[in-house]
Amino acid sequence: MEGLKESEANLVVYLHPSMAKCVNDAILRELSSLLFTYSETFDGVVLAYDPNVRSNLAKILPGIHPYLGVRLKAKLLLFSPKPNMLLEGEVVKISRQSIHAVILGFSSAVIADEDIRDEFKYKVKHGKEVFVSRHHKKHKIKAGTIIRFLVKSFDEEILHISGSLVAVHTGCARWLDANLEEWSQADSTTRKRKDRDEKEQKTADDKMMANREMPSLKKDDRIKKLKKKRKEHT
Amino acid sequence: MGIELAPQQTVLHDMDELSFTDSELDYHVRNALKAAVQGDCDSYNQLVAVIHHKERLVPEEVALLMTCLKALTGAVSCMHIVHHRSLLAAIFGMSLWNYGTDVMDALVELLISLAASSGQYVDLCLEMLVTNFMPPSSSSTYFIELLKQPRGIDKKHQVLDRVHSTFQDIANLVPLSPLRLEKIVRDRMPNIYTKEPFIVMYVENMLTLESGAAGKLVGGSMLVAIMDRLIDLDVEIAWDDILQDDFSKGIFDMELEDLEGFSDHVQQDGDELTRESLMQRFFGGNLVAEKLDSLLVLTFEHLESCSGSGRLIQVFETLLQSFQKTVLTAYKSKFAQFVMFYACSLDPENCGKMFVSTLVNIFVSGVYPAWRMSAVAYLASYLSRAKFVAPSFVAATLESLVNWCFDYCNKQDGDINPRAHKIFYSGCQAIMYVLCFRMRSIISVPRLRSQLLLMRIEDILRHPLKPLEVCLPSIVEEFLRLAKRNRIFSVPDTFVDYGMLESELSRAFGGIERLDTFFPFDPYLLRKSDRFIRPNFVYWSMVRNSYYEDDEDESASDEDIAEAGISIADDISVDEGDAHLDEFDYALDKMSITPRDSSTKFGGRIQGFVQMPSKIRPSTSPESL
Repeated sequence: MEGLKESEANLVVYLHPSMAKCVNDAILRELSSLLFTYSETFDGVVLAYDPNVRSNLAKILPGIHPYLGVRLKAKLLLFSPKPNMLLEGEVVKISRQSIHAVILGFSSAVIADEDIRDEFKYKVKHGKEVFVSRHHKKHKIKAGTIIRFLVKSFDEEILHISGSLVAVHTGCARWLDANLEEWSQADSTTRKRKDRDEKEQKTADDKMMANREMPSLKKDDRIKKLKKKRKEHT
Repeated sequence: MGIELAPQQTVLHDMDELSFTDSELDYHVRNALKAAVQGDCDSYNQLVAVIHHKERLVPEEVALLMTCLKALTGAVSCMHIVHHRSLLAAIFGMSLWNYGTDVMDALVELLISLAASSGQYVDLCLEMLVTNFMPPSSSSTYFIELLKQPRGIDKKHQVLDRVHSTFQDIANLVPLSPLRLEKIVRDRMPNIYTKEPFIVMYVENMLTLESGAAGKLVGGSMLVAIMDRLIDLDVEIAWDDILQDDFSKGIFDMELEDLEGFSDHVQQDGDELTRESLMQRFFGGNLVAEKLDSLLVLTFEHLESCSGSGRLIQVFETLLQSFQKTVLTAYKSKFAQFVMFYACSLDPENCGKMFVSTLVNIFVSGVYPAWRMSAVAYLASYLSRAKFVAPSFVAATLESLVNWCFDYCNKQDGDINPRAHKIFYSGCQAIMYVLCFRMRSIISVPRLRSQLLLMRIEDILRHPLKPLEVCLPSIVEEFLRLAKRNRIFSVPDTFVDYGMLESELSRAFGGIERLDTFFPFDPYLLRKSDRFIRPNFVYWSMVRNSYYEDDEDESASDEDIAEAGISIADDISVDEGDAHLDEFDYALDKMSITPRDSSTKFGGRIQGFVQMPSKIRPSTSPESL
């Protein structure tokens, strides 16, 4: 799954003087306020952090409340989905017009019906709503399925993703992994055809080129032969 | 999906008659939305008109509204927050209270669909649902009347059940929504001037959230917000409302017979007033007190149900934190602290002990002197007044207090100085106060009696710091009398300030906040919520009689005292009001700790300041003219 990255950040955490006794706890509390919010500086949503305070010294800020500035390096796990990234999530609700999924347990994703490729047909089976593929009956999307989809857009404030199931390599993750040949073959068949077409085109071109050249050669030959003949005659 | 609308004629304001089938309407709605983006707003405006229509809907109109809502539910992906803002405003302006359950369900489905479709609608949907905690303010009088009837209660349940289940449905689709919800609920909490039925309903909803599925996420801040509101209301009740200048006897009469059914028997003449009439006089018509009363009833009931479902300890931990932040530091708090009292009564083993150990910690190692003194005042008042606290626990806590005081005075070699050693004096006063209430129950158990005798109480009281002269004279006096009567301690007999409630020195150590006369768990005065507190409360009259009854009736008292707490209520003779009036008054004066004269207000926390406002009257008073 794309969209997750690990970063090293140099941070300065400003602590109120009352926290001077329990600096580590205070730092963790400050860092925890970053969780599950999008940060422009980090270009992503902070999911986890691992701080590493190097030295015991901290600079005291001048002012009414002498805050302590503690420098630290932190490893951060960031989630930053960009358009056309491939993500996976669990489906929580299916309706005729949309599929709703939850990514990594906290981010909501919706795929509107115009972004679901025609291959998928909405059905209600045994009272449960499901999207079934017309070409492969086993390829189903229902509540609880893990789906793979492309990101269309990402709302940073509420961490809401708008996704699309148009591309061929999107759909039920398990089915896609298990039936690699089927959908990738469909993919490669088109590629082969393309190649063949290209090759044919190439040979045709070559032939044309060759044909054009041939007459000139022949002509020369004839001329030579003619010349030879004339020579012989005289 | 949706109902099958038979092609009927429906009327929309003064427009032409339109008839739609289900799928036609679907298509129509989508087109209307798309056309509006382009600028063609005719069908779109019709749609908005349907949504707005809410007065006296006939069944066809209801059906049309429902179908429109359902069609919109399917078309949310076509909605645009800017181009369709009048439609969105119409939807979010709808109130579930105005419609029947069918429309409610359709509307709620639409909200879920909107919230899940795009992040920009989540806050708006949640805000709309939170607004539906209360009936629409435009028809508030109608609903207040309706809610007094059974069908009003039904309506309330219909609406609120749907609101809360919608929160859950949205949370399933948008996992971070509880975070937004918490903020919205807190921000929209009604202030203390809102009408009582509304603020009560809102708090009821907050408590439902606390005990609901999202309780783990939002519950803590709900409780804290409610406690803050309780304190806000509490602080608004001025003691001027309670003490009236013409009331010569003073409030200690509240400590009068609080036994069940006694008020039915007593002859009421002009002088003797029961608590009932006192409460009525003080609080009848005081709106703030009524609101606080109703909210406390809600809170107590909620605590009861938490106890039933085994969640009380987690809830208590949140309450305890809130207590330390707001209640402990609000010196004028009169009733909000009883939330802690009641919670402890539901689970003395865990919550009670947690409460006591927190207070002891603050006293022993807190940072601010005022908070330490306040904490020990809470401790003393709690140990004395809580019927459910075992004597052994009281003895153990007393021991830690005594040890601290003993260590403290051993390090001092100075003389009496109220201000410098105010924490010490407040500790001594606490010890004496607790012993006034609990001496009998402690010494009746031999093991505890010897524990008490081993405590260094005499040494503390004899120390050059002279706590007996500094602490509140009324308490000192009662303590000395009891000590002598029960032959427990040998303490100096000579005591100067007989009959005085307070002295110069006690005022000095009490400071400007008058922490020397601060007894937070004094008798409860709110009418409706009194029934929760009364069974667990120790009234001075109950205890006092155990000491003075000794001469008359030995046997009964002993049996009672053998049990965990003192409940001597049954033994008290009914007519003592007449027979022992003098001794009664005399003893009562001392022990009730409420001032006899109204010149120093009850609790007298800020002596000068509390007095001033009552003297500074609006210009109708003659003095100012």
